[in-house]
Amino acid sequence: MAGAREIRTKIKSVANTRKVTRALEMVSASKIRKAQELMRASRPYARAMRQVAGHVARANTEFKHPFLTARESVKRVGYIIISTDRGLCGGLNSNLFRKLLAEIREWNEKNVEVDIVAIGTKANVFFRRLKVNLVGSASHLGEKPKVEQLIGVIKIMLDSYSTGSIDRLTLAYNDFVNTMTQKPTLDQLLPLPPSDTLATAHDWDYLYEPDAESVLEHVLTRYIESLVYQATLENLASEHAARMVAMKSAGDNAKKAIDSLTLVYNKVRQAAITQEISEIVGGAAAV
Amino acid sequence: MSTIRCDIVGAESEIFHGQAKLVIATGEAGELGIAPRHAPLITRLKPGQVRVQLENGEEQCFYVSGGILEVQPQVVTVLADTAIRARDLDEASARRAKENAERLLANRADAVEIAQAQAELLQAVAQLRAIEQLRKQMRH
Repeated sequence: MAGAREIRTKIKSVANTRKVTRALEMVSASKIRKAQELMRASRPYARAMRQVAGHVARANTEFKHPFLTARESVKRVGYIIISTDRGLCGGLNSNLFRKLLAEIREWNEKNVEVDIVAIGTKANVFFRRLKVNLVGSASHLGEKPKVEQLIGVIKIMLDSYSTGSIDRLTLAYNDFVNTMTQKPTLDQLLPLPPSDTLATAHDWDYLYEPDAESVLEHVLTRYIESLVYQATLENLASEHAARMVAMKSAGDNAKKAIDSLTLVYNKVRQAAITQEISEIVGGAAAV
Repeated sequence: MSTIRCDIVGAESEIFHGQAKLVIATGEAGELGIAPRHAPLITRLKPGQVRVQLENGEEQCFYVSGGILEVQPQVVTVLADTAIRARDLDEASARRAKENAERLLANRADAVEIAQAQAELLQAVAQLRAIEQLRKQMRH
C-alpha cells in the first residue's frame, strides 16, 4: 500500500492548492468591483479636465505652450509604465512589457534614447534589469491609488520634457475592456495629440488670471496627471480581472489533477486488495 | 432669476453638481463671484472655500485645496485638487521617485540586453499559450 499512501498525500496537497486558488479568485472578484467603482468615481473629473484642456488648446491664445506643439526631431523619448505590484495575474504584465520592448527596440535602432519611469513593483523589477534609463519609480500604490503617489514620477517626466531632454512622452498601461479582456495600451501624452473629441472650435478667448502662460501650464499639468491617474485605475481593474481568470483556470486544473489522481489511487488500492486475496487463496490451497 | 450650471469635481470623486445663482471662490488674483452670463474665464484657485448659492437661496460651502476654475457661457467648472500642492512639495515627491529609481539601479545585477529580455518574455508568453491549448485539449 506504499504507492497508495503516496498518492493520497499528493491528492491532499493538490486539494490545498485548489483551496488557495479559489480563495484568491474570490478576493479578486470582489476587488474588481471596488476598482471599477473607483474608475467610475474619477470619471467626472477626467471628463471635465478633458473639456477644459480642449477649450484651452483651441482658444485663440497668443501664446503656444510647448506641451501642445510637436518637435521636429526626436532625440530622446520618455515612457511612463504602469504595472501591477503583485504577480499571479497571468500574462498581464508580460504582454504589456513585450509590446513596450518592441517599441523601445525600434527607438534604439533609430538611435533614439529612452527614459523610463516605472510604476508598480513588477515594472520596477523588470526594467532595472534592462539597459535602459530608469529615471523614476513608484510602487505599492495599494488598492486605492491616490494622485499624490503619482505626482513625483509625473513631475520628473514633465520637467524633462520642459527642459527639452525628452521630446515625446508615452503612457503604457493595461486598458480594462471587460473581465475577460485587458488590452496593453500605449498612449502618447506629450506633445498632446490634437483630438476631434476635444471641444469644437470657437473664436473667443478666456480672461486669464493671472496670465495665459501660467494658467495653461497648470491646466495641462493637471490634465496629464488625471490621464495617468485614470490609467492607474484601469490597470488596477485589469490586474484583478486577470488574476481572477488566472486563478479560476488554476483551480480548474487542480480539480482535473485531483480527478486523475483519484482514479490512479483507486486502481492501486484495488490492485492491492486483489493481490492480497489471491495470496490468501494461494496460501489456503497450499495448506 | 437665471442660473448657471456648476460642477465641482475632484480627481477621485465628484463633489457637487447643480444649478447655481452665484459661485464664489478664491482665485489667484482675489475673491471671485461668478453670476450667470459671466465672461469666459480661467484661473487657478487658492486653497480656500468655494461657496455655491443655490436657486432656493440656500448656500453650500466646499473646501478645496487649490485647483482650477473655468467659466464657460453655460457652465462653471471647478477642478479641485485633492491634496495640498506646492512647488516644493511636488519637487520633494519627484526627488523621492528619483531616489527610488536610483536605489533600484544600485543593486541591479548585470544589465540584460533588450533583445534578450524580449526573447525571455516571448518564451514566457508562448509557455502560457501552450498551457492554455493543453487545457483545451484535455477538456475534449
